[in-house]
Amino acid sequence: MISLSLWDILHFLLLAARWTLLLSAIAFLGGGLVALVLLLLRYARPRLGAKFVYYYTELFQGTPLLLQLFLVFFGLPLLGIEVSPLLAAGVALTLYAGAFLAEIWRGCVDAIPRGQWEASSALGLNFLMQMRYVILPQALRIAVPPTVGFLVQLLKATALSSIVGFNDLTRAGTIVTNATFQPFLVYGLVALIYFAMCYPLTLSSRILERKLGRSH
Amino acid sequence: MELQSTSKQTKTAQPMVELRKVSKWYGTFQALKDVSLTVHKGERMIICGPSGSGKSTAIRCINRLEQHQAGQILVEGIELTPDFKDIELIRREVGMVFQQFNLFPHLTVLQNLTLAPLRVRKLPRKQAEDLAMRYLSRVKISEQAHKFPSQLSGGQQQRVAIARALCMEPHVMLFDEPTSALDPEMIKEVLDVMVELAEAHMTMICVTHEMGFARTVADTMVFMDHGQIVEVAPPNAFFSNPQNERTKLFLSQLLAH
Repeated sequence: MISLSLWDILHFLLLAARWTLLLSAIAFLGGGLVALVLLLLRYARPRLGAKFVYYYTELFQGTPLLLQLFLVFFGLPLLGIEVSPLLAAGVALTLYAGAFLAEIWRGCVDAIPRGQWEASSALGLNFLMQMRYVILPQALRIAVPPTVGFLVQLLKATALSSIVGFNDLTRAGTIVTNATFQPFLVYGLVALIYFAMCYPLTLSSRILERKLGRSH
Repeated sequence: MELQSTSKQTKTAQPMVELRKVSKWYGTFQALKDVSLTVHKGERMIICGPSGSGKSTAIRCINRLEQHQAGQILVEGIELTPDFKDIELIRREVGMVFQQFNLFPHLTVLQNLTLAPLRVRKLPRKQAEDLAMRYLSRVKISEQAHKFPSQLSGGQQQRVAIARALCMEPHVMLFDEPTSALDPEMIKEVLDVMVELAEAHMTMICVTHEMGFARTVADTMVFMDHGQIVEVAPPNAFFSNPQNERTKLFLSQLLAH
């Protein structure tokens, strides 16, 4: 057993929390891009991509994230592609977030009245223009709360990456616990740090909602 | 009499919109049955009929918001086919005004008007805004340019919607019951704008129950029932001497009060 001061423990955990933030950011940005592509495929005409989107989302929503992580981490090396824990976790979480965000945003797009599609069609706007200037700006406003809600879940889900050996906050907690034998203190701190990262997200969601709502 | 002579004039003009034996089904329900119509340049056609008679469906087929399943639709000589590039080209030239206005709620009035000229016509912003202001003043609402649609009354919103369609400088305007969602005191301000458009010889196809308006502006009256065209006549003949029993019944019900 090694004796570490509270400050030492906290310092070690906070350094690891940066990796959690990085992985979350990768997953969210990557997932957002994947979701946007899936969304466009889903609504574009002719509807060739819609079936693919359906199977994709069903597949990723219907299997545990942990298994997706394992499949990427252990599966890619079988194809001769060596992956670091960060890359594996980044890829798995991106694909996972893409599926969920696509579903969330689909609901928001579906909530826009048909008349908005018709009016923009009647003006001669093509599909991408309709999406860009008419549909998505309106969908964005209602998308903020569920998107941030999912983002909070995603940030917490990065904890799973510790299992494939990524040095995130959770893994740092395990390492420190193994050294200090103070699991309650250490995991308590870990939980507090997760909370400190998630709380600002929900707070910013409320501010953003108010801002986006003002123009109506 | 003056209307009569214009009507004769327009008969010789080129056809803007042609429907040839157009049919459409929703499942097993046939919404349109062999509908044939020709609208010439400058002609003002009013379509009336009971609800569910297919009149809205008919004009929504013209810019392919609905797809017909049999027959042909030609706009300025170009046939509507499932090729989407053509549809967008045709939609640029065919303006539409909806019963529910369908303004874009997240954009200001001015942005509603400039969107299509900027993105579809690729006009420079200054030119698009000048165009928008010109049409806003034409529908007498230029002082509202920087408001959002929700800050306007229904009548004002519909006038903005008309101006928005006009900003594309369309060759044909379609009106789908433009006053049906309006409070009675706002109907006049919208009809006034439409009368002005008609007087400027805009080619118009208008589905409406406003028979006073129809009598003032129409070159051609069309009566539809059960997905079919029952009667086509100039307004004088249509109102004073309808030929078909169903037209007579419909008109007597409309004019009863």
